[in-house]
Amino acid sequence: MSTLVFLEHHGDAIQKGSLGLLSKAASLDPDTSAVVIGSGVSGLASQAAAYGAAKVFIADDASLEAPLPQPRVDVIAALVQANGFDNVLFGASVLASDVAGGLSARLDAGLNWDLSDLAVEGGALVGKRSALGDTIVADVGWTSTPRLALVRSGSFEPAERSGAGAVESAAVSLQEFSGKATMLDQAHETASGPSIEEADILVTGGRGLGSPEAFAKLEELAAALGGAVASTRAVVDSGWYPYPTQIGQTGKTVAPKLYIGAGVSGAIQHKVGMQSSQTIVAVNKDANAPIFDFSDFGVVGDLHEVIPALTALVKERKG
Amino acid sequence: MKIAVCVKEVPDAGPGRRMDPGTMRLDRSGERSLNSYDLNAVEEALRLKEAAGEGEVVLVSMGQEKALESIRKALAMGADRAVLISDEGAAGSDLVATSYVLAKALEREAPQLVLFGQSAQDSDGAVLWASVAERLKLPMVSQISELEVAGGQITAKRQTEFGYDRIQSPLPAVLAVADSLNEPRYPSLKGIMGAKKKPQDVVKLADLGVEADRAGQAGSRTTVSALNPPPSRGDTVKIEDDGTGAQKIMAFLVERKFA
Ligand SMILES: Cc1cc2nc3c(=O)[nH]c(=O)nc-3n(C[C@H](O)[C@H](O)[C@H](O)COP(=O)(O)OP(=O)(O)OC[C@H]3O[C@@H](n4cnc5c(N)ncnc54)[C@H](O)[C@@H]3O)c2cc1C
Ligand SMILES: Nc1ncnc2c1ncn2[C@@H]1O[C@H](COP(=O)(O)O)[C@@H](O)[C@H]1O
Repeated sequence: MSTLVFLEHHGDAIQKGSLGLLSKAASLDPDTSAVVIGSGVSGLASQAAAYGAAKVFIADDASLEAPLPQPRVDVIAALVQANGFDNVLFGASVLASDVAGGLSARLDAGLNWDLSDLAVEGGALVGKRSALGDTIVADVGWTSTPRLALVRSGSFEPAERSGAGAVESAAVSLQEFSGKATMLDQAHETASGPSIEEADILVTGGRGLGSPEAFAKLEELAAALGGAVASTRAVVDSGWYPYPTQIGQTGKTVAPKLYIGAGVSGAIQHKVGMQSSQTIVAVNKDANAPIFDFSDFGVVGDLHEVIPALTALVKERKG
Repeated sequence: MKIAVCVKEVPDAGPGRRMDPGTMRLDRSGERSLNSYDLNAVEEALRLKEAAGEGEVVLVSMGQEKALESIRKALAMGADRAVLISDEGAAGSDLVATSYVLAKALEREAPQLVLFGQSAQDSDGAVLWASVAERLKLPMVSQISELEVAGGQITAKRQTEFGYDRIQSPLPAVLAVADSLNEPRYPSLKGIMGAKKKPQDVVKLADLGVEADRAGQAGSRTTVSALNPPPSRGDTVKIEDDGTGAQKIMAFLVERKFA
């Protein structure tokens, strides 16, 4: 068996999720290689070797500077064709999902996503996949190689293990359509104020607030409880609340002692960022909202009534 | 401008939604509706058509024939017609097979724009557009929270793990939109009345030239071998607010020593 792990990097750092996946893959298959794709990325090879890669492929080219998926499909497809990898693994992200989806069609290779664990059984890779909003965990497999997998971020902690780390440069030859989409402005994280990752209590607002002004109600509750305010992607995309407060797959992963969600539906991409909260309380007017499936205490009701009333009760108790 | 929107009928969330332990496939016998994230894609297509003052919005879907009931909602919103690929031989299609079949249908339509929703609520895949774009050999942008179409190209803002990118692409292109992009309109009474009469083309795999071994289980490359319950979170309590909801939360917070 042989395995290739896609290593996603941002700036000079390989993403922690990619390194965790690499160490897991190397523990399952000694013949595990990694690939780093970008511009000016040769220096990243040593980081990969330290997490168990027997070989590190580097695709270094100006045309790969922007983190866009389609050129990466070209690079990885060529590597798979030349080296015959049995498994190609990705730590889930916006970029990696689009790369994996494209590669699946290019190679007619099966892709399983949302995997929380990987194992080798009878010489073949099998995965654990959470499905239907985590109401079921399926054992999934592949009927042909290469087997493509997207692993949920945070599934594996990076563990240092020595790999030979032989560095090899990968050919870069792009399809005509792969270069058509271009990056005008690339996202860069900006330092912000107090982080929601530090707070013991988070009051989270979603689109159910109805307007950016309604966040004031949550700020008041958070202040009364001694917590901070967090948000969902829907409200951040809409410009109602700043991106650094966003919980979820493309936001922060938090594990407060108390999470209170108001007007949050509990979409899976939000849930993955807050499911380790010790206690979860939800207020939502839709009794079928998925958030009730994983709340310790849920109230089906209008947040505009319940939240201010709760704030008043908390203030009253604190005197 | 001709715009194709890929839409899917999904089982409603809630206690009725489950996998069939016999077939290891999703049980599609209960209440169903159009994947709500696809309504954002339909809405955006309608707005682009309205802004251009001309064009056509075509819905493209693969699913059971009864999915037409759900698809009519998007026709009622204003889409012009629908193409539903419905064939016994397509049942159990995974990503490889689904993207192949949809690409065949889209090739026949040759639209300037292909729009997808942000994810299907039954698969949670959020990957299909990437496979379809690859098969169509078209540029692709996903997770779009702001979109501008002008002068034969699109400019899109999208969120990643690091904040917001701005990406440009020429047309034709494949785009996936976030649910924050717009607020889908409600169908008007007139729209609902008119939806039934709009063209609804139900096609078979053979009509699209899809070989039998490229669709359904035969065309798929992934399997499900077992279904297990997830680790339990312990007790969950859900109450209706009858005016005392806040007091009940307060009592719970006090019991857990948060207040
Ligand atoms: C690749 C990808 C990455 C993503 N990353 C993230 C991420 O990092 N974080 C994230 O949050 N999302 C993420 N999403 C988006 C996610 O799928 C959902 O779209 C989003 O979480 C929805 O946000 P919401 O709960 O605020 O809005 P909605 O889903 O619109 O929910 C609003 C809720 O408010 C309720 N409501 C309305 N009015 C009231 C009222 N008066 N009182 C009480 N309740 C009310 C409604 O019943 C509804 O349940 C991602 C999606 C994709 C495809
Ligand atoms: N069977 C289908 N027919 C048409 N479009 C689909 C189908 N399945 C998924 N889609 C589209 O692809 C998007 C993403 O689906 P997924 O990758 O399965 O989460 C959905 O929001 C729809 O726009």
